[in-house]
Amino acid sequence: MNVPAAWYLVLAAVLFGIGAYGLLTRRSALIMFMCVELMLNAVNLTFVTFARTLSDIGGQSSVFFVMVVAAAEVTVGLGIVVAVFRRRHSTSVDELTEMKG
Amino acid sequence: MSATAYALPSIVVFVTAAVLIVVGAIGVLAVRNPVHAALSLILTLFGVAVAFIAQSADFLAAVQVIVYAGAIVVLFLFVIMFLGVGRSRHDHVEPLVGQRPLAALGVAVTVGGIIALLARSHWVTGATSVSGSPLVKGTGNVHQLGTAVFTTYLYAFEATAALLVIAVVGAVVLARRERVTEEAE
Repeated sequence: MNVPAAWYLVLAAVLFGIGAYGLLTRRSALIMFMCVELMLNAVNLTFVTFARTLSDIGGQSSVFFVMVVAAAEVTVGLGIVVAVFRRRHSTSVDELTEMKG
Repeated sequence: MSATAYALPSIVVFVTAAVLIVVGAIGVLAVRNPVHAALSLILTLFGVAVAFIAQSADFLAAVQVIVYAGAIVVLFLFVIMFLGVGRSRHDHVEPLVGQRPLAALGVAVTVGGIIALLARSHWVTGATSVSGSPLVKGTGNVHQLGTAVFTTYLYAFEATAALLVIAVVGAVVLARRERVTEEAE
């Protein structure tokens, strides 16, 4: 018998928390993108766990689409990082202060 | 139901995946060198792939390794090496007072809320968290997922195709040097 779904859900919650903490505290745009990936993976793990628990393939289909969106997001996001680095020679988000109120 | 009711292999697989995921995730945060952070991210992604296989999501586990570990992390490494980003110098300064305690508090509240919801999971799913049966037996996971994606979710699938094209065009436009405007100036 497989382990209960709650174990995987708690694991996904912990992974999401680690990713969210990193996103809120790190300064490098690259590391922040990696933390977004961690959070997306936590959500994917939750989707797959519920797909198993509820015997519904829709959860796994959602993961498929989340992966596509994550790939597109990383492509455009890293393009923006490269464009910003060309002008500023830094990937620290603290130095992007033009919009500061 | 006591923990001994679960088969030992499934517990071993879960613990392995959990250790891979948590160690990799903490590594992404704790390591100062971005290259090492990307390698830690691979560790986490493989742990998630193990968890996928343990829950009979075979196709997604393969896609996880190929797309995430194979393509996305390599893209990260390309950008890190292309930019020559070394150790981050800015992480020890704290421009916002109390940012880290506040972040830790917010994350603790969020994770605690999720776990509290899980403890009363019939709020969320209408059923208690039990180990469900695997998806319909007899047909493979790839067959089921392919059927769902190409019938029920066909419009969403076509929309992702458009999204990927837009992302590629956007990345090319962003990464291109704007020679035309420089000459105009």
